[in-house]
Amino acid sequence: MSLFSIFNVAGSAMSAQAQRLNAVASNLANADSATSSTGEVYKAKQVVFSAVPVNGAVATGVKVDRVVEDQSPPRMMYDPKSPLADAKGYVTMPNVNVVEEMVNMISASRSYQTNVETMNAAKSMLQKTLTIGQ
Amino acid sequence: MQFLEDALQLREQRQQLIASNIANADTPNYKARDFDFKKALQGALAQNSGSPTELTKTAAAHLPGVNETSFGGAALQYRTVQQGSVDGNTVDMDTERNQFADNALRYEASLTMISGHIKSLLAAIQG
Repeated sequence: MSLFSIFNVAGSAMSAQAQRLNAVASNLANADSATSSTGEVYKAKQVVFSAVPVNGAVATGVKVDRVVEDQSPPRMMYDPKSPLADAKGYVTMPNVNVVEEMVNMISASRSYQTNVETMNAAKSMLQKTLTIGQ
Repeated sequence: MQFLEDALQLREQRQQLIASNIANADTPNYKARDFDFKKALQGALAQNSGSPTELTKTAAAHLPGVNETSFGGAALQYRTVQQGSVDGNTVDMDTERNQFADNALRYEASLTMISGHIKSLLAAIQG
């Protein structure tokens, strides 16, 4: 039954999208984290998706290939009173682009929903297949 | 019966392909794929032996695999790009969702026809 592999395909897409949502949540939560346990400023994290064949069939699932750190320059904020300020009074803030993250969040949750629907459609097709001849 | 069986099997394969397209809507450089159902069904009906989506094995040591490039003779093709995107992905969600629903409905139609066929056979047996 190749319909069963739709569960694997949609499932892999759902977990990949969930991971993307996780990265978005982390970025938004740390949008103002000027320092961290390592003393470095927080860098935005982005997931990279890649297509993977599902158990030898024609179907192609999704996996998170790697999580990369955004290499764009940090945001400089003028705040001379901050203990983290440099000689000129600037504090390095994370390079998180809040607008970009919000768009990412909406896109991830919509893609997740679409895959849930795909799974439901496959489920109802399988259930109907089981009633052949009844 | 063989006709409906072939049709059902090809619909299943197609559903799987479209589900893969939908799943990979956000994967960079993924190209949406599909096959010509009409050609595939004609091809499957022409090959009388075996299942329409299996490779022919000529030696015992051959691995059973799914033929990626042919569905009853119809080749797996890339979808024509409607609106290109910067990341090289060619999945058009509207087309895919449309085809997914269409294919699911046609699958169910084939199921209904198979059921009807079995019912009429039963009626003939039982009188």
